[in-house]
Amino acid sequence: MAERELNFGEALNEAMRQEMQRDPKVVIMGEDVAGGADVDHLEGDEAWGGVLGVTKGLVKEFGRERVIDTPISESGFIGAAVGAAATGLRPIAEMMFVGFMGVCFDQLLNQGAKLRYMFGGKAKVPLVIRTICGGGYRAAAQHSQVLHSLFTHIPGLKTVVPSTPYDAKGLLISAIRDDDLVIFFEDITFGGIKGAVPEEDYSIPFGKADVKRAGEDVTIVAIGKMVHHSLAAATELEKQDKSAEVIDPRTLSPFDEDTVLASVEKTGRLVIADESHPRCNVATDIAAMVADKGFDYLNAPIKMVSAPHTPVPFSPPLEDHYLPNPQKISEAALGLF
Amino acid sequence: MDIPKDKLLWIYERMQLIRVFETRVSTEFGKGKIPGFVHLYAGEEAVAVGICANLTDADYMTSTHRGHGHCVAKGVDVRGMMAELFGKATGICKGKGGSMHIADMDKGMLGANGIVGGGPPLACGSGLTAKTNGTDQVTICFFGDGASEQGTLHESLNLAAIWKLPIIFVAENNGYAESTPAHYHCSVENIADRAAAYNMPGVTLDGNDLFAVYEAAHEAVARARAGQGPSLLECKTYRHYGHFEGDAQTYKIAGENERYQNELDPIKRFTDAVLSRGLVSEAEMADIDGQVNAAIDEAVKFAEDSPFPEVQETFTDVYVSY
Ligand SMILES: Cc1ncc(C[n+]2csc(CCOP(=O)(O)OP(=O)(O)O)c2C)c(N)n1
Ligand SMILES: [Mg+2]
Repeated sequence: MAERELNFGEALNEAMRQEMQRDPKVVIMGEDVAGGADVDHLEGDEAWGGVLGVTKGLVKEFGRERVIDTPISESGFIGAAVGAAATGLRPIAEMMFVGFMGVCFDQLLNQGAKLRYMFGGKAKVPLVIRTICGGGYRAAAQHSQVLHSLFTHIPGLKTVVPSTPYDAKGLLISAIRDDDLVIFFEDITFGGIKGAVPEEDYSIPFGKADVKRAGEDVTIVAIGKMVHHSLAAATELEKQDKSAEVIDPRTLSPFDEDTVLASVEKTGRLVIADESHPRCNVATDIAAMVADKGFDYLNAPIKMVSAPHTPVPFSPPLEDHYLPNPQKISEAALGLF
Repeated sequence: MDIPKDKLLWIYERMQLIRVFETRVSTEFGKGKIPGFVHLYAGEEAVAVGICANLTDADYMTSTHRGHGHCVAKGVDVRGMMAELFGKATGICKGKGGSMHIADMDKGMLGANGIVGGGPPLACGSGLTAKTNGTDQVTICFFGDGASEQGTLHESLNLAAIWKLPIIFVAENNGYAESTPAHYHCSVENIADRAAAYNMPGVTLDGNDLFAVYEAAHEAVARARAGQGPSLLECKTYRHYGHFEGDAQTYKIAGENERYQNELDPIKRFTDAVLSRGLVSEAEMADIDGQVNAAIDEAVKFAEDSPFPEVQETFTDVYVSY
């Protein structure tokens, strides 16, 4: 029998549904996560189910007490999610676009991330914040950012960047069950990506990278959308007789150093593809780690493929120029031989 | 209050220019010519135009994601706007910002904004500049009913009040924040009732009545220019389209769209009022219609014929040095 396929959003939806069925403490909150609150003719049903429809159907099954539409008050509702998590609920808060994190940054940086430490371990914050990230949608500078590097920098936060429907479901289930604050990044261009997803619930452990393609000559560590670009680059490299291994870390904090180091030991070459701006990003972090712990494995300098140190431009040709792509990745890899 | 005839004609021209601009944007978006997110202002024209009829180019404005109407009312060139929406080099922001980021410093237009609630603090800034420089420039701060729940708005109302800044806060209450109705997201029925908490005048008015908006703005602008501080005007209005292009609008009540597009339509109401009172003739309005249609046709042609920016533009305008 053919395996069941879901798209990225459906996989996330199923993860939330199953966790809400399993644990009554799991609640969803965010802007228009159901939509149409207090609109009589909808009779409690949703109007939207999230801006990309990822929470569709959940209000019908779990009611408005557990699928809570919020006003446009990010400091307020993200802070409330932190407070609710610290006192016994397990909220999944939806921050529509990652750029809007700017509005509620204190509640993450100074509250959610630090409560447990400052309280001497007396509190935990089992909160997941799901958020849309990434360029390519022509959504311009405030709606196209990938800020996973910024959040990975902050102690107390965990960061998850899935690249396939299978990983999305398993990682979201882990995130919901995790007792720490997890920021979960969903690339805006993943709507059309389909893949096999088991019906039963399953979890994928944090800090465990996945080798998306095995290879011998060069290691490509890729994050989020860059995984797909790197797989395309690997196909291109194959034509040049270069075999690339593509590693998806899946979680950035915690980070699986061992899988990356073992691969570099085998290949002797490392390219890191990250859609972040190039300064102080996850690519520079991985490069530093490999330079520190795997220097002797390297036969060539470490190459990083990132977006430039500019905001994301609106105009399509500029945005295409801005974004890393398979060609930039394969060229960086070829430059190492 | 009598509005001089040349101003009435200007008002009609601007409202029609916004309407035809937005209608055309919807069409071009449908054809795939305009990338990204587009939020249309049609249905709310009397707010932007009624307010801006009291301003000069020197006055400032902060806007929202639904900013096309504010820009047109403030006098931003529709060719440059259309080219911006198309992502072209001749766009008002060189194609780098798009629909949600149209700005024109020469017209005091401090930007549409992709961040709901991003504008009010900036408005306090331009208000502070005018006050410090001792000019009589005012700042108009447009925001939606949804934005009225952002902390930034509340902080800004208080700042403006204690510093007596020359700002007119204009709540455009179109009943919805995306798919969420104002009666759910807002703790009060009238956003202007909150003005009392910040010790400033607050007025709720029919935002589809051009004359009501014009008069209230006239008074608030005069107050601000005279150094008497900020005001909060709430204009109840309605958007004819969905939140963005592609919204199924299932949250709207049956017949609501039709009612607002017909008897409650601000342009129709203005037209009926000026014609029945003999203030403007049908021929004069037809003339303006012709000019407006030609201007929008020309704007679309300009946008289509313009080149995309050179890719090197990706790396400029990050700092003053490059
Ligand atoms: C900080 C922030 N939160 C959420 C959004 C997503 N968003 C864009 S427009 C909008 C609704 C705004 O409603 P309102 O202020 O009433 O303006 P309207 O769209 O009705 O003109 C939302 C939630 C955003 N752009 N910025
Ligand atoms: Mg609104």
